[in-house]
Amino acid sequence: MADTKQLYQEVILDHNRKPRNWGTLPDATHRAEGHNPLCGDHITLTLRLREDTVEAVNVQGESCAICKASASMMTTTVKGKTRTDAEQLIQEFRDMATGKLDAARPNHLGRLTVFAGVRDLPTRVKCAILPWHTLHAAFNAVASTTTEADADPMHEQIIGGAG
Amino acid sequence: MNVQYTALKPQRRGTLDVERLRADFPILRLHVKGKPLVFLDNAASSQMPQPVIDRWLRYQTTQHANIHRAVHTLSETATAEYEAARGKLQAFLNAKEEREVIFTSGTTDAINLVAHGYGRKFIGAGDEIVLTTLEHHSNIVPWQMVAEERGARLRVVPVNDRGELIVEEYERLVGSRTKLVALTHVSNALGTVNPVREMIAMAHAKGIPVLLDGAQAVPHMKVDVQDLDCDFYAFSGHKMFGPTGVGVLYGKAAWLEKMQPFKGGGDMILSVTFEKTTYNVIPHKFEAGTPPIAAAITLGAAVDYLAGVGMERIAAYETDLLDYATEQVNRLPGVRIIGTAEKKAAVLSFTVGGVHPHDVGTLLNEEGVAVRTGHHCAQPVMQRFKVPATSRASFAFYNTHEEVDALVAGIRKVQKVFG
Repeated sequence: MADTKQLYQEVILDHNRKPRNWGTLPDATHRAEGHNPLCGDHITLTLRLREDTVEAVNVQGESCAICKASASMMTTTVKGKTRTDAEQLIQEFRDMATGKLDAARPNHLGRLTVFAGVRDLPTRVKCAILPWHTLHAAFNAVASTTTEADADPMHEQIIGGAG
Repeated sequence: MNVQYTALKPQRRGTLDVERLRADFPILRLHVKGKPLVFLDNAASSQMPQPVIDRWLRYQTTQHANIHRAVHTLSETATAEYEAARGKLQAFLNAKEEREVIFTSGTTDAINLVAHGYGRKFIGAGDEIVLTTLEHHSNIVPWQMVAEERGARLRVVPVNDRGELIVEEYERLVGSRTKLVALTHVSNALGTVNPVREMIAMAHAKGIPVLLDGAQAVPHMKVDVQDLDCDFYAFSGHKMFGPTGVGVLYGKAAWLEKMQPFKGGGDMILSVTFEKTTYNVIPHKFEAGTPPIAAAITLGAAVDYLAGVGMERIAAYETDLLDYATEQVNRLPGVRIIGTAEKKAAVLSFTVGGVHPHDVGTLLNEEGVAVRTGHHCAQPVMQRFKVPATSRASFAFYNTHEEVDALVAGIRKVQKVFG
């Protein structure tokens, strides 16, 4: 738990201030929207696939620092990767953020492990995962989609609020 | 039990011995992240003092049985305690009669009861329901459901830039098609205290009943339903130092008698055959099934506790505390207070420039400071002020000026991290 501030330092100092690949691709082949109703994060992901390789990927929208930094690092990581490799990363990132990653098995997360600390912040897990869910949605639908409720292909229960 | 509780002793008029009162709340002694807990999320749910916790325990250990049923001693005791709690709530609200107090599961349940019992009976095609921009989702969605089903229409009273309802607009919106006004007494997202007495009088001049959502009002001020002359008043136990699972709908007897039951089941009937059921009298007509007996009795103890402290004293102390918090937070560069109404209660909603409220909340938590971040189940308010979300510090009488200082120091730390 001591690494909550550390998580913020590393994540925010760079990617939150200067998010990479922030914008909209004019010649996108795939597109999806991600929405986290709990905190109001709303991002749009555009993607250009050529022969199953991610040629370019952009994200734009309103979000918290964890979501924005996660999106930024995601775009730099999956660029040039095949869809299959990207899907594997999505799964690994998701497992890491929810504390289910098997440490004994090798993974491909590399510097994305700076997000491992979110597993101790249950209400923030969704913030970190949102860009990855949105990427998954983009791979699977050319038309726009959202990560809300049933429309979310990787939906998990979001705890709403009162008061 | 030999423990003495301060709240039940008379206190010097106009003052509040907060340190002594805090001693009644065991949870306030907790440490979070190695720091003393600073609990500023009271608008979402407040904490219970020991005498209220003890009441629950005493009920479960010595008085529990089902009510209104059996002739045995425990059932009679539980029934008497449950009905005594109703009497305490009647006195708390200054309702004319005990039967005007219905126990529900909470504010949401109470509003849904009116939406069903009144709305589905008296609202028809072309009719209008007047709401305000400040409503919590629980005072929007039930009316949307009724409107959709009945072919009625919602009209929404706008707010000005301070977060105050524009009463002239309200007066224009309330017309011959209006069948109900449903508005919040105090805004949960901004803290605005609405001029409900005046607004009720305007509606009544046109023969229109008014429902007040009092969830954010009852913990902070004296509420007198006869003085307000509201037709319905809804609130929750857990926001007023009682338990979750219980709330109250106050309704004028004349309306309650005309309304259709909400839920069908045991206790809400006088006789049942497969041909015909005769409904019970109010309030029982609206309390189908086994009610939250323990929670209702415990809520009665919370009302006693509040009476011991004194609602006027609470209101005066909290006004001072909110003024102090507003002044301190206003001094922070880059921090914007959302909701600057002239009359406010216990809520400070704010944004920190360049930092998403969720990040504010997570980092404040590192300092032991609990605030709510998000849209506060009031998305229309967020849209009105063009923010996706805010951070909200909400106070109770057990909060202190030192805790406000901890909040301000926490916000400074957030700004430093995001530097």
